[in-house]
Amino acid sequence: MTGSERGVMPKTLFEKVWEAHLVREPADESGPALLYVDLHLVHEVTSPQAFEGLRLAGRRVRQPARTLATVDHNVPTGARDLPIADPVSAQQLRVLEQNARDFGVELFGLGSPDQGIVHVIGPEQGATQPGMLIVCGDSHTSTHGAFGALAFGIGTSEVEHVLATQCLVQSRPRTLAVRFTGRPGAGVTPKDFILALIGRIGPDGATGQVIEYTGEAVSRLSMEGRMTICNMSIEGGARAGMIAPDAVTLRYLAGRPRAPRGTAWDRAATEWLALASDPGARYDREVTLDVATLEPQVTWGTNPGMVAAISGLVPNPLRFDSESERSAAERALEYMGLVPDAPLEGTPVDRVFLGSCTNARIEDLRSAASVLRGRRVSPRVRAMVVPGSMRVKAAAEAEGLDVVFREAGFEWRNAGCSMCLGMNEDVLGSGERCASTSNRNFEGRQGKGGRTHLMSPPMAAAAALAGRLVDVRKYL
Amino acid sequence: MIPFVRHTGRVAALPRVNVDTDQIIPKQFLKRIERTGFGQFLFFDWRLRADGTLHPGFELNQPAAAGASVLLACANFGCGSSREHAPWALAEYGFRALIAPSFADIFFNNCCQNGLLPVVLAADLVAELFRRAQAASNGYLLTVDLEAQQVSDAAGFAASFAIDPYRRELLLRGLDQIGATLLEEARIAAFESRRRSSWAGDSG
Ligand code: SF4
Repeated sequence: MTGSERGVMPKTLFEKVWEAHLVREPADESGPALLYVDLHLVHEVTSPQAFEGLRLAGRRVRQPARTLATVDHNVPTGARDLPIADPVSAQQLRVLEQNARDFGVELFGLGSPDQGIVHVIGPEQGATQPGMLIVCGDSHTSTHGAFGALAFGIGTSEVEHVLATQCLVQSRPRTLAVRFTGRPGAGVTPKDFILALIGRIGPDGATGQVIEYTGEAVSRLSMEGRMTICNMSIEGGARAGMIAPDAVTLRYLAGRPRAPRGTAWDRAATEWLALASDPGARYDREVTLDVATLEPQVTWGTNPGMVAAISGLVPNPLRFDSESERSAAERALEYMGLVPDAPLEGTPVDRVFLGSCTNARIEDLRSAASVLRGRRVSPRVRAMVVPGSMRVKAAAEAEGLDVVFREAGFEWRNAGCSMCLGMNEDVLGSGERCASTSNRNFEGRQGKGGRTHLMSPPMAAAAALAGRLVDVRKYL
Repeated sequence: MIPFVRHTGRVAALPRVNVDTDQIIPKQFLKRIERTGFGQFLFFDWRLRADGTLHPGFELNQPAAAGASVLLACANFGCGSSREHAPWALAEYGFRALIAPSFADIFFNNCCQNGLLPVVLAADLVAELFRRAQAASNGYLLTVDLEAQQVSDAAGFAASFAIDPYRRELLLRGLDQIGATLLEEARIAAFESRRRSSWAGDSG
């Protein structure tokens, strides 16, 4: 969008991207619009029924060049040259290969040096670009909003719809501005910003809304930190999270395989920078959070809004206001095996998982490695690193991070979703407690009966060393 | 898709907030490549014990909820993963309509795509329905009327609900959204040619 196309009303980043993709305006106030999709990311778990639907209806993929597939949810993260042990998983991977071939869609399959978690590879390839409308049959598609794209998670019927029409039917969300102010103290990461925010607004605090993250604490972040924040927007119920493109965004994208080059780059860069919300643009709601006041965060319950500072206590359900919150907290503590009013720090952990689309990029691995360097994982802990993509893995190995992790006692694995959702063989046993850098602590998420505490990569590294939940600042 | 016009059915009440789609259909059942076969795994970890028998304490296993087709739920129902396997499982188990104070966005859309009607009612109305369901030990019947946009019972409860006209129309007629969008081919093609000539960022 150019300046002359913009009306007199100041607009938000969201409004600019939304309006640039309107194929058809909503017929009435509450009705949905028809939006054009620039990039459709596809993975093996939510796509088979969609391709099958196309086949049954005799439809083709409208824009194969705007569609990019990878395998991540289901893939083993052990040795890649062995056959896949689970025949049902193997079938799902085979079906995606077949679908990609039949419909002319590019696939980063198992064995590709570009394979990885769908939300890691989009940005890494430069396929994710500012101002785009991006969808994927996965709720953490919000990750891509870190680039000033509007990125929605969709269901399988919608995946089929986008494959067939390159469009998405979507009602217009409201806007929420989240301003992160202040300078974070040592050991406080973007993961802590977003966990604290979800703790504040609740797991449905942003339902029906698109969040734009603003403020000096966001401007100072790298793209990877911004992705961590946008990634977890969905855990606050938001449809999407966005951050205005700036010099940091351009620096990240320049030279990536799918980023524009030459004069096309110059033109794109100018347009991208113009996407930032205009001064005076109005949001439906605003929330400010001073990150200088934050401590490292850790979840204690069974949704990401059940979170506290590491120096805090396990909450006492009796102190919650409503009956529904009280019973939810009681249920969560029972599931988690925690005692009200006990200190969180010191809770013993059995497993540590460093991975997922939230925190398995190179900076995440670096920040964890810096805590681990020259130290040993507690003998009671089994710890693993699952890089977000094979490229992240290669980059980490080039820096020698794999040696740091291995020497500390971590398993060093291949890329995939792994124990973020436990669809492959990487799962928690019942009652096992895990310090995890992923994004969901739902009951059974990492394995039936498994107990998940979400935290940042440095906090997870510190937990691995101590064999219990611990304040990473003691290790800095 | 089966049209949804009006449905009267037995109510199952699930008084838990923030029920996520990992609970509705756990990940170990997401490896199927069909849209069917998920009903038996609905609420697997809550509904069934380790030995495969029904968990007597779980709400859906109560005698009053046997054969239920209307699910009464709490705020933020269907949060978390975008997996459409969740509405597939609910529909195959026998549910036709869901009633809650709020639903997660993606889940709401996914339900509409499958003829499973998500009805949003104010929290106090939902609380009243929970009370009525609890009081009726032999099962409680509700009528969900999409045409009239109303939820009612035989004992005088009646509440209207809002739904956007586009979704209502598709549900009433059991129409496939893809078919509807393909009718807009001219607009889509026009958008694409406009886009090609003006958008620098488009290298795809
Ligand atoms: S890493 Fe976890 S949250 Fe991210 S896409 Fe994979 S399963 Fe989903």
